[in-house]
Amino acid sequence: MTYEPKNLRVVGTRPIRHDGADKVTGRANYASDFTLPGMLWGRVLRSPHAHTRVISINTDKARALPGVKAVITGADLTLPPPGITQAGESAINTQHLAKNLLARDKVFYDGHPVAAVAAISEAIAQQALGLIEVVYEVLPHVIDVDEAMRDDAPLLHDDLFTEGVEPKPEKPSNIAKRIFVGKGDIAKGFAEADIVIERSFTTKAVHQGYIEPQGVVANYAEDGQAMVWCSSQGQFLIRDLCITMLGMEASSLKVIPAEIGGGFGGKTTVYLEPLALMLSKAAGRPVKLTMTRGEVLRATGPHSGSSMTAKIGAMKDGTITTAEVVIKFQAGAFPGSPVGAAVMFCSAPYDIPNLSITGYDVVVNIPKIHAYRAPGAPNGAFAFETVLDELARELKMDPIDFRAKNSAVEGSKSPYGPTHGPIGGIECLSSAKNHPHYKANLGPNQGRGVASGFWINIGGQSAATVVVNRDGTISLVEGCPDIGGTRASLAMMCAEVLGIVAEKVRPSIVDTTAIAFNDVTGGSRVTFATGIAVVQATEDAVRQMRERAAKMWDIEVDQVGWRDGAAQELNGNRSLTISQIAQKAAKTGGQIMGHASINAHGAGPSLTTHLCDVEVDRETGKITILRYTTFQDAGKAVHPSYVEGQMQGGAAQGIGWALNEEYIHDAQGRLENAGFLDYRMPVASDLPMIDAVIIEVPNPNHPFGVRGVGEAPIVPPLAAIANAIYDATGVRMRDLPFSPPKVLAALEAAGKAKANG
Amino acid sequence: MQYQSPASIDEAVAALASIGGACVLAGGTDLLVQLRSGTASRAAVIDVKNIAALRAIAETADGFRIGAAVCGADITEHAALVAAWPGVAEAAGLIGSTQIQGRASLGGNVCNASPAADTTPALIAARAVAEIVGPNGKRSIPVEQIATGPGKTSLASGEIVVSFLLPTRPARSADAYLRLIPRTEMDIAVAGAGVNLTLGEDGTIADARVAIGAVAPTALVLDAAPGILVGTKLDEATLATLAEAAGAAARPIDDKRGTIDYRRKVVGVLAKRAALIAYGRAKGAR
Repeated sequence: MTYEPKNLRVVGTRPIRHDGADKVTGRANYASDFTLPGMLWGRVLRSPHAHTRVISINTDKARALPGVKAVITGADLTLPPPGITQAGESAINTQHLAKNLLARDKVFYDGHPVAAVAAISEAIAQQALGLIEVVYEVLPHVIDVDEAMRDDAPLLHDDLFTEGVEPKPEKPSNIAKRIFVGKGDIAKGFAEADIVIERSFTTKAVHQGYIEPQGVVANYAEDGQAMVWCSSQGQFLIRDLCITMLGMEASSLKVIPAEIGGGFGGKTTVYLEPLALMLSKAAGRPVKLTMTRGEVLRATGPHSGSSMTAKIGAMKDGTITTAEVVIKFQAGAFPGSPVGAAVMFCSAPYDIPNLSITGYDVVVNIPKIHAYRAPGAPNGAFAFETVLDELARELKMDPIDFRAKNSAVEGSKSPYGPTHGPIGGIECLSSAKNHPHYKANLGPNQGRGVASGFWINIGGQSAATVVVNRDGTISLVEGCPDIGGTRASLAMMCAEVLGIVAEKVRPSIVDTTAIAFNDVTGGSRVTFATGIAVVQATEDAVRQMRERAAKMWDIEVDQVGWRDGAAQELNGNRSLTISQIAQKAAKTGGQIMGHASINAHGAGPSLTTHLCDVEVDRETGKITILRYTTFQDAGKAVHPSYVEGQMQGGAAQGIGWALNEEYIHDAQGRLENAGFLDYRMPVASDLPMIDAVIIEVPNPNHPFGVRGVGEAPIVPPLAAIANAIYDATGVRMRDLPFSPPKVLAALEAAGKAKANG
Repeated sequence: MQYQSPASIDEAVAALASIGGACVLAGGTDLLVQLRSGTASRAAVIDVKNIAALRAIAETADGFRIGAAVCGADITEHAALVAAWPGVAEAAGLIGSTQIQGRASLGGNVCNASPAADTTPALIAARAVAEIVGPNGKRSIPVEQIATGPGKTSLASGEIVVSFLLPTRPARSADAYLRLIPRTEMDIAVAGAGVNLTLGEDGTIADARVAIGAVAPTALVLDAAPGILVGTKLDEATLATLAEAAGAAARPIDDKRGTIDYRRKVVGVLAKRAALIAYGRAKGAR
């Protein structure tokens, strides 16, 4: 479908979201709210060590405890055949997944599951965990990405040989993969440059921080039919991963999506669901498994810590001639970090003729990294956009003008291959430059930072059904969990096509047996891709209603138009509303239901620019965010409040990542801050009101011009804040997070360096 | 686990003394978290919230008497107490968040004996006295004698802190408390400092008491403070000396919340800033 300008009556307005009342009154049902008669309670035994061999597991005493109904270990989970399951922006290796679900011969991180128990109460299940005897042989561990790449580093997998290097290495290492994106001739580019700046950066592992911990209820019946209730970003992915792990048929497992309390990419895989099914199968009763916050932080996908070097050259007129970047990412226990996105997108806001960007995917003893909002891109942008700020200062150019001079525009060839269609980079920059924020005065110890970001967005498979009810209301059936207001945006697009108000369309997110396969809610794809499916399904319903009207009027269908929620006779003045047509449906051919199932292509990238003002307390090192404004190309904001919400939420997460969030490990490799007290996400009072300025450069591949908006806003904050700290203090911060002790140490080091001349 | 909710202090003391492994529950914002996470287990909890005397704030001839189960919100909303002891009140108003301050009690904050408890340095600087009832009757001790180490107190078996007495004080007196946390709320002090000053008619400091928190196993009285502050009007050099003395007195540890070096520096900064605030308040006070 292609974009055409239209007069819009619903798209672009701000109706109350369809799920709003349930959520603000606490009626919405999340994963842990569900219970079944006869249900057992499960608990997971987790390794207290970062890297060990598992010598033996004895579950006899646990099994003998009265009230215990099932105990499982890695020996109970048959290793599935090798394979890859696509999960939005992630690819899940099924054998790695099995080894992550329950450790087999080796444990790879503190928190790695080694056994699970189901019992008649939580207390008995917890007691049973204490009766499981595991003999570990503790091995040396490695967590830092640079250390893990050294020849003498403890080796996680003795069968891991670096992919992407020629010739293939003879020795195994922790480096799973080397990837490369390049064009032009960087030597020539550096020769042409008048200024070259090279800097190194590090970031720590961070967590998605969704408020709802993972939870599941599973019921595996004697006839092999099973049901799972859980909170996820894709019921079909949960189904497919579970059936792969348990060797089931797709039709034998129904996954019912619960309301989701945040995911940010982290709920595009399974941790508990296959275990709950196995326990239920073994016990013959339903089983509930939920994680504590500590388990969430210790054992679910954090995002990669990284080590990066960026070297960028520019001419005196501000033209960037070349960039050479090396990016190393923690992959966690198994290969598969999002380093590829950092490589492809760190320079993507710009059109740079000579590029050499290399990435390394490195296994380390922390949980398997999983997708986190624009996975990988914030790390790369932190390095790239900080060096750009230094270059702009050296060139005495305004940082926005410098970026605009080098911006990728329609027709630019992207670093990762395709040529850009219309994109909004320049529009974001000029809007930022003309915004009152950019001209506002700053006080002492205050500074302003600018950074841009890029996210590619994805399309993918989506289905939608539009059911026309007798009273003229619409049941919109869809298969993508709503993590960002997509019930509202999809219902609004349906209403727009029908010519009715959004409140007359009731969206439902249904189970895996009630609609065709849908890809996950991820990649900022739902309003774009499912939106196209909804528009097509609605057009299908409109076509059918025009046919029924033609039948009722006894004229040809091409004599029937559609306007304002009604069939209109083109050569006359008769009209039939949706309900008038629906009430006669039984007599005109049966009930009316539009349907579409598509694989959407052409998700337009979203570009964004952030402005950030900080104040630095020079005596304590504490950073206060004074003012924050985001500018982002949404293509078309279907429900502007939820686009603004995405922009604000992404910025808030990025601010937390910049200021305080980090995985802290002790000398034994155990996570020391497995709770929200010491894993410091921002609280509301830490942030100013984040202003969101929506830019609309329509995406030609969507009927309303939509681009995904959910991920791009987390890309710029790391660099925007680093650049603002420099503006305030003259000190460059290149190692995240910018926590008070680190900022104070950097300020003092700079003070001493200055004193020493 | 047993739960009892006595209506009088005597009943509470009897219950505590008769059940081995029993502990006092007031707001529960520390205890319930410890029980749920499995870091503490108790045979019984004795809920003291229904004892009227423990929930009252009274202005007496001896000063303000604050019941040990009085929550932070009751303190910060008590206008006369806030006017007399702004530092104690602001320490109570920093604990947790608005919701937590509706539960968390002054007695619990002190008796949980966290080195980072916010009210403890403020109470110590204020020369607050803890009034204790136990199987052997009543006794009173200065607040700095309650905590003996992280999670440990000097209270004997069966003893309950029932109230805190903030003494009457001369004109031109005020206090202040500051702490450093990386966030703005829902956090635990990396360092804290309480300062209590009385000024002479010309603005010269006549009396001073400073306590620092989160930089040693217990909150510390900064013994050097009176010598540094009394007789001055808080000039730059005095403030620098105070900051240095606070850093020198600190005995901090390196942990996930801060380094030794950072805590020494910051506790000095906080002592200096709290002194300036207390001084400004005292000048404006009656």
